[in-house]
Amino acid sequence: MSTETAETLKQGRVLPVTDLSLVVLVGASGSGKSTFARRHFTPTEVLSSDFCRGLVSDDENDQSATGDAFDVLYYIAGKRLAAGRRTVVDATSVQPDARRRLIDLARQYDVLPIAIVLDVPEEVCAERNAARADRADMPRRVVQRHTRELRRSLRHLEREGFRKVHVLRGVEEVENATVVTEKRFNDLTHLTGPFDIIGDIHGCSSELETLLGKLGYTDGVHPEGRTAVFVGDLVDRGPDSPGVLRRVMAMVKSGNALCVPGNHENKYGRHLKGRKVQHTHGLAETVEQMEAESEEFRREVREFIDGLVSHYVLDGGRLVVCHAGLPEKYHGRTSGRVRSHALYGETTGETDEFGLPVRYPWAEDYRGRAAVVYGHTPVPEATWLNNTICLDTGAVFGGKLTALRWPERELVDVPAERVWYEPARPLRTEAPGGQDGRPLDLADVHGRRVVETRHQGRISVREENAAAALEVMSRFAVDPRLLPYLPPTMAPTATSRVEGYLEHPAEAFEQYRQDGIARVVCEEKHMGSRAVALVCRDAETASRRFGVEGPTGSLYTRTGRPFFDDPSVTEEILSRVRTALDESGLWEELATDWVLLDAELMPWSLKASGLLRSQYAAVGAASGAVFPDVLAALEGAAARGVEVTDLLARQSGRAADAAAFTEAYRRYCWTTDGLDGVRLAPFQILAVQGRSLAGLPHDEQLALLDRLVEHDGSGLLQTTRRLCVDTADPESVQAGTDWWLEMTGRGGEGMVVKPAGALVRTEAGRLVQPGIKCRGREYLRIIYGPEYTRPENLARLRTRFLNHKRSLALREYALGLEALDRLADGEPLWRVHEAVFGVLALESEPVDPRL
Amino acid sequence: MFLTISTTGTPERPATDLGFLLHKHPGKAQAFSTSYGTAHVLYPEADAERCTAALLLEVDAVALVRRGKGKGRGGAPDAALAQYVNDRPYAASSLLATALSGVFSSAMRGVCKALPERAGQPLPLRIEVPALPARGGPDLVRRLFEPLGWAVTAEPVPLDLRFPEWGDSRYVRLVLQAETLTLAAALRHLYVLLPVLDDAKHYWVAPDEVDKLLRAGDGWLPEHPEQKLITSRYLSRRWSLTRQAMERLELVRLAETDDSEVEEIDNAVGAETETEERPTPLAVQRREAILAVLRQSAAGRVLDLGCGQGQLVQALLKEAQFTEIVGVDVSVRALAIAFRRLKLDRMGERQAARVRLLQGSLTYTDSRLKGYDAAVLSEVVEHLDLPRLPALEYAVFGSARPRTVVVTTPNVEYNVRWETLPAGHARHGDHRFEWTREEFCAWAGTVAERHGYDVEFRPVGPDDPEVGPPTQMAVFHKKSDVKDKEAKAA
Repeated sequence: MSTETAETLKQGRVLPVTDLSLVVLVGASGSGKSTFARRHFTPTEVLSSDFCRGLVSDDENDQSATGDAFDVLYYIAGKRLAAGRRTVVDATSVQPDARRRLIDLARQYDVLPIAIVLDVPEEVCAERNAARADRADMPRRVVQRHTRELRRSLRHLEREGFRKVHVLRGVEEVENATVVTEKRFNDLTHLTGPFDIIGDIHGCSSELETLLGKLGYTDGVHPEGRTAVFVGDLVDRGPDSPGVLRRVMAMVKSGNALCVPGNHENKYGRHLKGRKVQHTHGLAETVEQMEAESEEFRREVREFIDGLVSHYVLDGGRLVVCHAGLPEKYHGRTSGRVRSHALYGETTGETDEFGLPVRYPWAEDYRGRAAVVYGHTPVPEATWLNNTICLDTGAVFGGKLTALRWPERELVDVPAERVWYEPARPLRTEAPGGQDGRPLDLADVHGRRVVETRHQGRISVREENAAAALEVMSRFAVDPRLLPYLPPTMAPTATSRVEGYLEHPAEAFEQYRQDGIARVVCEEKHMGSRAVALVCRDAETASRRFGVEGPTGSLYTRTGRPFFDDPSVTEEILSRVRTALDESGLWEELATDWVLLDAELMPWSLKASGLLRSQYAAVGAASGAVFPDVLAALEGAAARGVEVTDLLARQSGRAADAAAFTEAYRRYCWTTDGLDGVRLAPFQILAVQGRSLAGLPHDEQLALLDRLVEHDGSGLLQTTRRLCVDTADPESVQAGTDWWLEMTGRGGEGMVVKPAGALVRTEAGRLVQPGIKCRGREYLRIIYGPEYTRPENLARLRTRFLNHKRSLALREYALGLEALDRLADGEPLWRVHEAVFGVLALESEPVDPRL
Repeated sequence: MFLTISTTGTPERPATDLGFLLHKHPGKAQAFSTSYGTAHVLYPEADAERCTAALLLEVDAVALVRRGKGKGRGGAPDAALAQYVNDRPYAASSLLATALSGVFSSAMRGVCKALPERAGQPLPLRIEVPALPARGGPDLVRRLFEPLGWAVTAEPVPLDLRFPEWGDSRYVRLVLQAETLTLAAALRHLYVLLPVLDDAKHYWVAPDEVDKLLRAGDGWLPEHPEQKLITSRYLSRRWSLTRQAMERLELVRLAETDDSEVEEIDNAVGAETETEERPTPLAVQRREAILAVLRQSAAGRVLDLGCGQGQLVQALLKEAQFTEIVGVDVSVRALAIAFRRLKLDRMGERQAARVRLLQGSLTYTDSRLKGYDAAVLSEVVEHLDLPRLPALEYAVFGSARPRTVVVTTPNVEYNVRWETLPAGHARHGDHRFEWTREEFCAWAGTVAERHGYDVEFRPVGPDDPEVGPPTQMAVFHKKSDVKDKEAKAA
């Protein structure tokens, strides 16, 4: 206060207030806190005790409700602070106890507590209260007591824990003050880089210079204006800590680099300040090397270390850099606890067999959107885990020095020139969480959930559907790491009015025409089971990209179950597809070492044999057994002159329907021996390394797949017949219809009509159905029963409701696309799994299963 | 949906008397509407020597599906009926039995106005049912009809002649012949035994069904050697099956998505659970062994991971040492049964506060499971595919990290001692693997080492000198905990 000049007093005091903080207004009743809060903060930032008293008791001045009112106030403040919103508490807060509760709250949410004191003369307060109807009978002694308590508090506020204290004395100073919002030191969200984030160096100066050179820096400056970011642990153990410090400090000073502190700098800094620290873990080397440096340099180092900020939030909040990793709730927060976690990480309290503390695997639990890049724990390879990556690859222990290019997410490393320091324990062979681990958490999938999708916004999953999906996913599905996608359900075409038909292509073409889609592709519907195949180039790829040891991919059904109980059969199929990929040159052309295929596996009897026997063949057997007797009886009666003409005709018709039904299901059955007779018809490449191909037009897709099939020498792969149709051209539509009639007339299952552009929207921006199925007349006997074509049955079946199915198809489609996008972007497993799980859960929604 | 009843006669007692006994004129074809379609009665032959009445029920399959209006699968009351592809229109099921009792109600009661004395007399009868669904096969058909005085011919119908490897269907072509039975008795036999053989979960059994069974079974059911089976099958349609289907429609839909039957995936709860609990001695011994370990480890807060229907939870609740008991299972159905078994909704507050049931999955980490004294995985690991086992290991030993973990699993070596178990078969259809003692020890050892536990093994059940005990048990103690204990002891 003493430094204030008369001039600033006149202009008004300027009060810096951090953007994320808990601001506590301190002042007697009538000191003008509410007016002050209204003037300087937004209405939703301010929580007033009077208001809360009103909420719980209908009377803002009911002192008996004070306890409950503050419970509400603390609760709301807690929610706001947890969400990262500045909060201003408008209560008298003149007593230390009241302030302690607020300081605890600020600490709990790791935000700065700031006090603004309104020290207004007691008479003014009393006068103002007297002028207010609701406070007119407030005894004078209340304000007296407030003022007394305020005075007593003033000197202690900083000691109580307030990180900033602004005291405004007198009415004029209160009136003239202005509040300016200050950013936190760790908030560098406005910096977008690009960045090169460099792992733990530990005095390996030569390796650092080599790495900087490899990254394109010349003398600490990048020609394209990139910024280096150091994750800390510049010093200790290695041969030239002063050299590293000199380089990093110069780059930071010139604005070419950012640096966060590691635990080793922190300890050395304390040493430089004259504190007593143990010269272990390589500090002795640093101290010795720094002895040779000038006093001036040591002073600069001390100031540099002193000024380091525990962590940075960069690139619009997409990137967080710190030394030892940081859970999401600490991002951008400011407290001793946050600093400690950023520097040291969290330990479980246990020690391992080498006597070193066991670190709490925070990254396994990490579910934040920001990528966290850190170091601290030496690992042999830098690998992503849940959107976090540790760049400490043990350069000083003879490993390598690693950098991450951001936003490219590319790793660049240089090997250590030698083992500079013997590690206390061997470098851990696994990333945190372990290759076995990469665990998924129940909270990622359980209960009612909302999944954010790029293509269709928020999609909710109901609790009972998630529960059913959990059961199937846990007990029957393949390893989630090998289950990056589940196919969406597909809506049938609008019900046909054509006599004898329930489904007919005319409606499908018309629907797309109305959606403004001119070019569509009709693809033959294969007579098998939907199958998704993940094919890796080799086991090493499967291990590196999908984290599994052993299998080279997966082949699974619409609910994620493996097609074959015997893994060697799956491997044999994968190997045949792989050979075709090798021969066709598609690996190179698609620049990938894995592909995800959407396909149909035939025959249907391979998977559905249980259902076939218990349901379909059973109907065939029962009808086959009964009709000869029925017809014989009717003919006998007719021969006796009993009038049964109609009945006999009807039963003959039903017998024919039943026979047609038997023929219909038989087309889906053939005997296989091992893989002999098994066929796989891929119809879409869903994704490859770094790319979702869900938006690749279907003609290009099919052209790629034709080449794949062409190069299959094993007879496994089969092409998909197709025909392009222009929905606006009646002749073309007729040709499409004829094609369908011809195909289904020969017993084919039908076709799927898809927009040629694959992933398309209407002019109004609505997502278009990715496909509409038109099932063949005979095939539908398997679905709607042998006699569905009888006019009286068709008439009733035509009142089927498609809206829910269509909506479901679109929601599942969007979730599937989301899974592919997340997979392509290299997002963490739980993110991909969340979307895949959503598809499975939605499949258990109640919708007419015949559609 | 079709059967014929024939008789033979003499000029004095013409076969056409059958028309009087059935109250249906042989010269006409008559139609009757029933709730599931139209029933027709007609006579393919009718003269003094031979007379045959045919009952034909035209089932309206579409109406069958669309009957109910409600949630889910077209509103039909249960799974099988919801299928448009359904054997009901062809097979002689309970629908035919219902039609039989409707169309021939007087005959069934043994009433005949025209020939009152004939109604009570036996006559030569031949009944043919060309497609009779018979769960239990021709053998059961014979066991049900022969004690009643019928000569039985029951031939299985093949599933599909095109695919002989599929074998027989569940239908038989049935011919019954008798000289000593009245027509009324014959009809009552059919009325009860057709649905019993069908044993399908397919229609709501009305509350008065017990009375109907008693009436129709009068005079023959009490003495029937298969009385218990007949009664339980006839009445079991009433509750459990239909209700199950209602409870787990989500799973039904997921099964359908994959063209499989719901039984394939909704199999977490064993079939025997629908009846009274008959704990096998081994299950009791297992529970005792687990309780002994838990008592010894002084555990207060206990997880039963894979609690199934809550038998162990129930046992834990009886001992005050266990202050917090959490049963976790992935099957919602199992949890619902456990909830009913424990009567959680009626339990006193204090007692209820000790126990919680949660749906969870051991292939995911679960923060709700952290910080417990002990966890039990009794007969759980073998229900997981081997490649998923590391996820369970991590979730239990790496993430939840209770102080003590008890794992039990079958010892496959012992299987040769089960007389009823065919060689090479697992003990339960859902067992993905069964381990030898050596395999189990190796697995437990690796897990213990990786996650910092000590492990010891105990037999459960008679320890056979050659093949070991039927159940093997591993008890894991967290290492730091072991050290603590040693330190305290010292």
